[in-house]
Parts: sequence; structure tokens; C-alpha cells
Amino acid sequence: MNRMSWFNAVSLTLGFAFLYIPMVILVIFSFNESKLVTVWAGFSTKWYGELLENEAFLNAAWVTIKVAVFSSTMATVLGTIAAYVLVRGGRFMGRTLFSGMIYAPLVMPEVITGLSLLLLFIGIGLDRGVFTIVLAHTTFAMCYVSVVVSSRLVTFDRSLEEAALDLGCSPAEAFRLVTLPIIAPAVISGWLLAFTLSLDDLVIASFTSGPSATTLPIKIFSAVRLGVSPEINALSTIMISIVTVGVITASLVTKHQVARQKREEQAAERA
Amino acid sequence: MIHFQNVTKRYGEFTAIDNLTIDIYEREFYALLGPSGCGKTTLMRMLAGFETPTEGKIFLAGQDIAPVPPNKRAVNMMFQSYALFPHLSIWENIAFGLKREKMPKHDINDRVEEMLRLTRLEKFARRKPHQISGGQRQRVALARSLAKHPKLLLLDEPLGALDKKLRQDTQFELMDIQEKTGTTFVIVTHDQEEAMTVASRVAVMDHGKIIQVSTPDRIYENPNSVYVADFIGDVNLIEGTAKLNGSDSYAMSWHEGHAPLSIKSPNAFSDGQKCHLAIRPEKVAISADQPAEADNAVQGRILDIAYLGNISTYHVELPTGAVIKAQTANTRRIARRAFTWEDTVWLSWTATAGVLLAD
Repeated sequence: MNRMSWFNAVSLTLGFAFLYIPMVILVIFSFNESKLVTVWAGFSTKWYGELLENEAFLNAAWVTIKVAVFSSTMATVLGTIAAYVLVRGGRFMGRTLFSGMIYAPLVMPEVITGLSLLLLFIGIGLDRGVFTIVLAHTTFAMCYVSVVVSSRLVTFDRSLEEAALDLGCSPAEAFRLVTLPIIAPAVISGWLLAFTLSLDDLVIASFTSGPSATTLPIKIFSAVRLGVSPEINALSTIMISIVTVGVITASLVTKHQVARQKREEQAAERA
Repeated sequence: MIHFQNVTKRYGEFTAIDNLTIDIYEREFYALLGPSGCGKTTLMRMLAGFETPTEGKIFLAGQDIAPVPPNKRAVNMMFQSYALFPHLSIWENIAFGLKREKMPKHDINDRVEEMLRLTRLEKFARRKPHQISGGQRQRVALARSLAKHPKLLLLDEPLGALDKKLRQDTQFELMDIQEKTGTTFVIVTHDQEEAMTVASRVAVMDHGKIIQVSTPDRIYENPNSVYVADFIGDVNLIEGTAKLNGSDSYAMSWHEGHAPLSIKSPNAFSDGQKCHLAIRPEKVAISADQPAEADNAVQGRILDIAYLGNISTYHVELPTGAVIKAQTANTRRIARRAFTWEDTVWLSWTATAGVLLAD
């Protein structure tokens, strides 16, 4: 193996330092004894304990999770249907326009999405709360899901669906029994993407949330405006570890599956 | 059993199938043969129900099948890519169509076991499609499409993905299975050898039209056009003008300064009509001396020899510049071969060896 050159080693170190030093500092200070964020006064886990007793934070966390689960599920259903129709629907009127429009919310500034949704909710007299945040998150996460799913559908072998029809499936059965199981990984990653997007969204949520419901990002943001407390650091550390564990598990599972498939294919070729 | 009546299929400006009328009979092994883009796959997809004719009607057992969706047709298809469901085991793949019929469970078991035995796949029932080899996948696809007892089985280039040896074995297996099950098979292929081997009748297609439908031997020996003669196997084509010479004999003048060729032909030609003599290389004899009593004999120089082991093809250049191919079986060892490059030789053939075709 080639030894890493001096230049590459420095770039790598600097790059990763740039990415991770802020987070490392945050994690370290979440274990700080002192209430002052900038002064180290010894190791302690007391902020984690206090966090668990903070009703406001716990409520916000619960709202965030509810919103994320509901909105990502709805977004996945709608986004998958949209992707299916756009890829498979044949040449209907305005198909190109629709395909273009599904990407538009991806590049739309979030402030505008949030504002337009706020105006809509006020216009139809909908009280802002958990329900409106779920609707708003569904709207923008759906585009991401449909992009992920349609990129899988484009490479999907059409003859598999035809084979299902040929063997007696109705089009709906063909979708349920053949298409869906095969594109499931894309649908699941679409769901995960929607879930993460909903989890960390601040802008749209702050437009569409009401006094009855606050999500965690909004809570953190407003708390920080009053000054950074070690409690926030503790909360952020918990979120970082959840995400890290999730990402590592997902990539290990994928790696394992790919390796297994490869082994089995090689075995089949030998036989 | 199947009747295409004036079927036309257009995609915008492009005509894939052009006013085509054919019949396919029960228990037949029918091959659609043609170069890619000739419309053979479109024809098959119309039978399966994935395409609808622009004009004309298709009858299956006397019933117009245009309004019947693919999942309600007693027709099954074996796809070129096999289209095996990757998330299901071999067993579940074969049972897939039976389960849709709401067949009782033990009947499904029996039928799947039967299909596994027929295609010699018993050992692989629990495997997934990506865990078996290409030849085995091809047999799974066949078993799956036969499981529902279709009246008609469509095979779309079924052996395209297999190597030559495996393909030959599988061709005989296919014929065997067709005989055992008594199903009507329609096979689409661009490989003329494959069509000749498996089919009881071959339809040669070009540009959305059927050029000739006949048994493999008649297609080979009595092609009805220059296109068919040229498409099936190897052929020498000599252009000339016909002159009636006896009841069904013609003298074809083909080049100034050369004696006209004498040909017997059941097809009628008028005097002076332009025509082509199509003659297969294996029907042209090659000798060092002028043959004594040959109907036709021409002299030439050996340009090239293609040695294929069992046979050799000699490319002989005539003084006119035309090149005629002559094929001989290598019954003696190569060291004893009588001719070599640049030798002057005589080519000869009988009056009935070739076919006289109109322009």
C-alpha cells in the first residue's frame, strides 16, 4: 500500500478537525461541573440528570418524535405514490411539468415554504399545533422521498411487473407483491431521510407551530437565546450519540448484506 | 388456435407490424425469426397483452382477446431477462401464479413439485434466484411460466443469455418439454439455428411483415425470396436473366462469354425476366478436373479456405470477379487435402440444386 503523502495527511487532519472540533467541544462541556460554559470545573453528569427533570424539554422531545414519525410515514406513502406515477404513468399531459415541480420544494428557501404554509393555515382557519407541523413536514419531506424512490424505480426492471401481471396479478397486486418488496430499501431510506429532516427542522416548524406545541429544535433555539446552558450541551450530546449509533448500525447492516449476497452469488457460480 | 387478422401496430410514425395475418395451430412449436427491430417481439407482446394492436384483431381459441387484460389470459410468457422475482425463493417463484388462482394449498405443492421435477430443479427449491446459475434461472423461468397450464406459452429469446453448449442442450430440453406438456409454444429469436432446431414451423419476418412461413427444411431448401435465402444459412446468389428451356427448365444467362446455367424451377419465369439463382455452398461440388456430366460447371481460383474442423468452405473466385462458396465435409485428414490457395478448380452443381428466385 502507498504511504500517505505529507500533503494528504495534513488535508485530512485539517478537514476532519474543521468538521468535528465544534462537536467534540460540545460533548466535553456537557460533562462540565460548572454552569459556566467556557470554564472547565471537573467531570460531572449532573446536567443529564437535570435534563430528565426538565418538563419543557421532555415535552418538546415527545412532540418532535410524534411529528417526525407521523410526517415521515405520510410523506413516504405520498412520495412513493408520486414517484410511481411519475416514473410509470406513461406520457400523460404535463408529466414533464409535474416531474420538475416535484423537485422545486427541494431548492425553495425554507422561509418561503414556512411562510406560505402559515398563510394557508391562517387562511383556512386551522389552529396551529402538532397537526399543522405534521402537515408542513409531510409537504416538504414528500419531495425528498419521491426523489429517492423514483431514482430506484428508474432502474427497476419493468419486466418483473409484467411477469407478475402475466401470472395473474391485478396491477394493484403486482405493486404490492412484487414492486414494493423490491423497492423496499429505497422506501425505507426515504422514510429515514424524511424522519431526520423533520427531526432537525427549525424554520418551517417555527412558522407552523403554535403555543400548544413546540418541537425540540425550537425549544433549543429559544433557550440558547437566553444563554447557552450545559443542559443544552447534554441534550445535544444525546442527540449526537443517537444519530451516530443509527448511522453506524445502518452501514454495518448494509455492508453485511452486500457481503452475504456476494458470497452466495460466488457459490452459485461455482455450483 | 391463434388467428391474427390484418393486425397493424404503429408507434407514432413508425409501423412495427404491417397488416399481418397469420395462424398458429394447437400443439405447434412456432418460431418468429427475424433481425432485431423486425417486429417479432411486438407481435409476441400483443399475444401476452402488453401491447394492443392499432388495427385488426387477434383471436385466441375463437375469442377476440383485445379487451382481455394480461392477467386474465390463458397465455404465459417467459421473459428474455427471465424476470424472476429476486425477493422470492425458486419454490415461491414457481408457485406465484398458482397462488393468484386461489388454488388449494396441497394442489399448489403437488404442481410445484411436478414442475421442479420436470425442470430438474428439486435441489434448488429453497434458494433465491441470485444463488443459482444462469442455466438454472432459465429453467426456473420456464417452470414458472408452465406451472399454470397455459394454452399458449410465449418465449422471448429464451436462450439468449446462455453459452453455446448449454444453449444446445436446453434446446432439446425445450422440445422435450413441449412434447410432454402438449402446450403450444411461440418462440421469438434472431438465431436462425435455434429456430430451425426447435420449431415445427418458422415464420421469417422483416419490417413488420411475414416473408415466409414454413417448416424448417422448406424454409432452408425452398426459400420464397432472396431475403429469406440470404437470412437463413449461407447462400451463393447469382444474378441473371431467365429463358424458358423445356417445360420447367430454364437457361439463365448470367455473364457474357459464359454458358448459361441450366436450372429446373417450379416457379414460373417469363423470358428475359431478371432473377437470382440461390444455391447453398454444400450443394456446390469442387474438383480439380472438369466434371464429365455436370449440369453446370464453372472454373475458378481458390481465394480463401475456411477450415471449421468438420467442414471446409472454399471461396472460389470466378474469372468474372464473383466469389462462389463451396463446402465439403472433411472426410480425410487435413494433410491429405486435395486443394490449396491459388489452385485452379472446377465448381459444379446439378440443375435442381439451387432455387430460382424473382428479383
